[in-house]
Amino acid sequence: MNPGTLVDALSWLCLVAGGLFSVVGAIGLVRLPDVYTRMHGASVTDTLGAGLILLGLVLQAGFTLVAVKLLFLAIFIFFASPAATHALVRAALASGVKPLLAPEDEPSKR
Amino acid sequence: MMFAAAALGLLVALALALVRAVLGPTVFDRVLAGNTIGTLAMMLMAVLGFLTGRPEFLDLAIVYGLLNVIGTIAVLKYFRQGDLGAASEDAPNA
Repeated sequence: MNPGTLVDALSWLCLVAGGLFSVVGAIGLVRLPDVYTRMHGASVTDTLGAGLILLGLVLQAGFTLVAVKLLFLAIFIFFASPAATHALVRAALASGVKPLLAPEDEPSKR
Repeated sequence: MMFAAAALGLLVALALALVRAVLGPTVFDRVLAGNTIGTLAMMLMAVLGFLTGRPEFLDLAIVYGLLNVIGTIAVLKYFRQGDLGAASEDAPNA
């Protein structure tokens, strides 16, 4: 088995798994009951889905400038996605959207 | 062929995220769906570049991602404080 076939197989695996995890996250986004649980579903798309697809593309690109750009994209998602989710949670909490399973008598934190 | 499989998965995920953006009861559901659509569109652009043999699409994907996160945070700030220029309420001397 020559190394090109192995890289191709790994790339197939990463791309298909990434597509699958993207669909799983999107199903969570549709099916889960409130905003906070939907964020949990969306985070699957942002981490595993995007990460595996980018890894598969890097394997296909080899040691080129394209791979560097893909790596930059991955690092960018790694930093930007949690920041956006954090801002979203704080905005939702501040505007009074209650988590579905929040205890009734808990004193407000803010 | 492998790029087509990944693109198909991404398109299905995009359709589902669009369903949530249309249904979403609160504005935050819609913002969350918009953020997810942005991430998926970035991935789709990267995969499309490889699918058509033109990896220059990656530059578009990078710019799209930068705009996506700035847009999300701007919309959230607007809906939280009703004003894009308002100072943050947990700044030390707000």
